[in-house]
Order: sequence, then C-alpha cells, then structure tokens
Amino acid sequence: MTAGVFLVLSAFLASAVEMVEALTIVLASGVARGWRSSLTGVGAAVLTLAVIVAALGPALTVIPINALRLVVGGLLLTFGLQWLRKAILRASGFKALHDEDEIFSRELAEARTAAPLLRGGVDWYGFTLSFKGVLLEGLEVVFIVLTFGSTQGSIPLAALGAGVAIVLVAGIGFAVRAPLARVPENTLKFAVGVMLTTFGIFWSTEGAGASWPGSDAALFGVLGFVIALSFASVALLRRRKRTMLVTAEAGA
Amino acid sequence: MKYVVDFGRFWWDFVVGDDWRAAALVIVAIGLTAAVAASDIAAWWVMPLAVVLVLALSLRRASS
Repeated sequence: MTAGVFLVLSAFLASAVEMVEALTIVLASGVARGWRSSLTGVGAAVLTLAVIVAALGPALTVIPINALRLVVGGLLLTFGLQWLRKAILRASGFKALHDEDEIFSRELAEARTAAPLLRGGVDWYGFTLSFKGVLLEGLEVVFIVLTFGSTQGSIPLAALGAGVAIVLVAGIGFAVRAPLARVPENTLKFAVGVMLTTFGIFWSTEGAGASWPGSDAALFGVLGFVIALSFASVALLRRRKRTMLVTAEAGA
Repeated sequence: MKYVVDFGRFWWDFVVGDDWRAAALVIVAIGLTAAVAASDIAAWWVMPLAVVLVLALSLRRASS
C-alpha cells in the first residue's frame, strides 16, 4: 500500500514535469509553424513511445525480481541523483531556475526564423521540433513508468499516475494555450529528485541482498533521510554562495 | 556507426549525465552493500551513507 501510493505519486509528479516541458515545445512549434505539423509530430512521437512500452514492458516482467531491483535501483539512483543535484544547485542559486516563458520565447524565435520545409503538406521543421520534444521528454516518463512499475510489480499502476499527469497537463495546456509558467516546476523537479533517489536507495539495497528494518515501511525513513539531506545541502550551499558574494564584493 | 554512437551518447547523458564519478560511486556502493550483506551483517545503511558522500562530492565540484 505504502509503495503503491509512492509509485503513483512519483509517476504522476515526474510525468507532469516532463509534460510541462514537452507542452512548451509543442506550443512554440504550433504557433510558429502551424498546428497541423506540430500535432502530427506529437502523434508520431506518442506512437513511437507506445511501441517502446509495448516491447519493453512485458520483457521486464520476466526478469527475476531481485536482479531487476538491483539494476533498476542502481539506474534510478544514478538518474535520481542527477535530478536532485540540479534541484539543489537551483535552490541554492548555483544554477539558473527553469523558466518556461523564457524557453518558449527562445523556441518560438528559432522556429520563426527557420526556412519553410514542406513535404506532403507538412512543415518538416514543425513536425521534427514537436516529435523530438515529445519523444525525448516522453522517454523519461517511459523510463520511470517501466522501472518503477516493473520493480513494484505493477506497470499499470505507474502508467495510471503518468496518464493522469499527461491528460491534466495537456488539458490545461489546450485550455490556456500558453506555457504553464505558473506550475511550480522547480519545486516539482526537487520533489521528483527526492522520490527517484528514495526509490533508488531502497531498491538497490534490496537488490544487492540486504533487508530493510521494517520492510516496506522503511521507505518513509529513507524518504525523510533524503529530504533532510537535500535541505541541509541547500542550506550549506546558500551559505557558501553568500560567502562567495561577500568575498567577491570585498575584492572589487 | 554514427547512429550507434549518437544512441549510446543519448543513453549516457540520460542516465549518467555530466558527473560520471557519481555513477561510478553508486556502482561501488552497490558492490559494497552486496559484500556486507553476504557476510551476514546488516547492510541497509551502506547506500544512504554512500548517497551522502556522492552528493557532497558532486555538489562540491559543481559549486566550486
């Protein structure tokens, strides 16, 4: 039950963040190059992602659970630490915050200046921009859904969390027809980094043959540990940033 | 050949990212957990400790 709630929540949050980023690219492509090309690119990317899920999903379920947890736990931990590291650097001022409005403006300007490239009534630039955006962001969602779902023994449950996020973001995006800049994306990325790292620690430990005291309930303990570690890191780096600024000012 | 290289690079960037040392330390920590667990000693504490070390080293490099 505990792991199931974490599973749906993690898949939902990670998918929401990725879909907000994909939406920005699709909107820029649609506004600058026409909606037909942009939406054709979205359709082709979704189809490609569906084929990947259909091919890999059943294959993962035949791998022994401990081997799966070891590999998936290690991958998730490496992947999650990337997210967490970037989120901590953003929160402490060492890395620029993710700004969807700025990204939208940049993508729009690039899409408007590119020369038209029509093939079969479809603008190739608009198609490719949408296709690549949705495919690359979608691959992260697929990776999370398949790894979380297979390790927890429930790909449909992980897919449910991801599906709700995709429908929600696409629905809001269709309604407002603007980048979802008000979504607290940096906070969500922080939360996803914490979740991925938590699951990564938990599963890689079990996969390596160790047992957690309290079994599945230990997930709460690991979660609390990762949150405390993250906030402590942000506090330490903020202090370091202030010291660097004071030193730089004194030297100027 | 170019596609194979691009495909490999994509997955490397996707999973490992810009700090390969962090990924290497995670692999070492998994091996250490397996070794401790095999000797019948509780090994659940190895990965959390390793994460503290990995994050500290990685953040230190990125913020210096």
